[in-house]
Amino acid sequence: MLKLIISYIVGLVFGVGIMISGMANPAKVLNFFDIAGTWDPSLAFVMGGALAITVFGYRFVLKQPAPRLADTFHLPTRQDVDLPLVAGSAVFGIGWGIAGFCPGGAIPALGTGRVEVFVFIAALLAGILTAKALRRRNRAAAAV
Amino acid sequence: METSFTPLLSLGGGLLIGLAAVLSMAFLGRIMGATGILAGFLAPSDLSDWSWRAAMIAGMVSGPLVVTLFTGTAPDIAVPVTTPMLLIGGFLVGIGVTFGGGCTSGHGVCGMARVSPRSIVATAIFMIACFATVYVVRHMVGL
Repeated sequence: MLKLIISYIVGLVFGVGIMISGMANPAKVLNFFDIAGTWDPSLAFVMGGALAITVFGYRFVLKQPAPRLADTFHLPTRQDVDLPLVAGSAVFGIGWGIAGFCPGGAIPALGTGRVEVFVFIAALLAGILTAKALRRRNRAAAAV
Repeated sequence: METSFTPLLSLGGGLLIGLAAVLSMAFLGRIMGATGILAGFLAPSDLSDWSWRAAMIAGMVSGPLVVTLFTGTAPDIAVPVTTPMLLIGGFLVGIGVTFGGGCTSGHGVCGMARVSPRSIVATAIFMIACFATVYVVRHMVGL
């Protein structure tokens, strides 16, 4: 139960941060990327603030033997840069530039009840499930 | 559509996002990445793996309500794109973050903070792709 309460609080802190930062507001997100037009550099401060806390916080936390409520730290171990990483990130950037929402911006924005957010999330989920199905098929083909 | 420059609010929001990332690692041992949380929520390994993800997503969705309670006004959201753009963009984001293994929160904040080579490459690519896309959409296509 404690793990669920902490998870909720972590999500809430993230959600409040996203909402006040402007990351859930496509007008602001797209303006950050529109240097040639109605440029709004605000979002650089989001990334700066988040990184400042995380760089120092992780340095302290990852020195602990284990997380408080779990057995181990689940850290990605891969170091190689491969085609799915490069192509996937490029496709993500293109989609972000078209819609103005990223996943971490859109999930908290669901709480506003705005229909545009639900439209985006529905398409996002369709994309995730399609990509998973494609990946399964590629793996199955590679295994034959 | 013009938006006003909000360095303090954006910095404050960024600090909270960072705090959430640190708390997630300290208590749950988990990267605070929206893509990873969502992927595991859709295909959990067991019930306890699903339940903490569901609780975290519920917390995220409560964000706007809590902001409204504290400030007295609903968070400002303007969507200057059409429904087809939301659908196409959303679908591409879903494909891209799944193959790319993360998005702005997972690669851009958590991975960059760990100086992960994969995250640094991913973040550079999706930022450049987004700058280029916005330029094409707004200044060449004229939407």
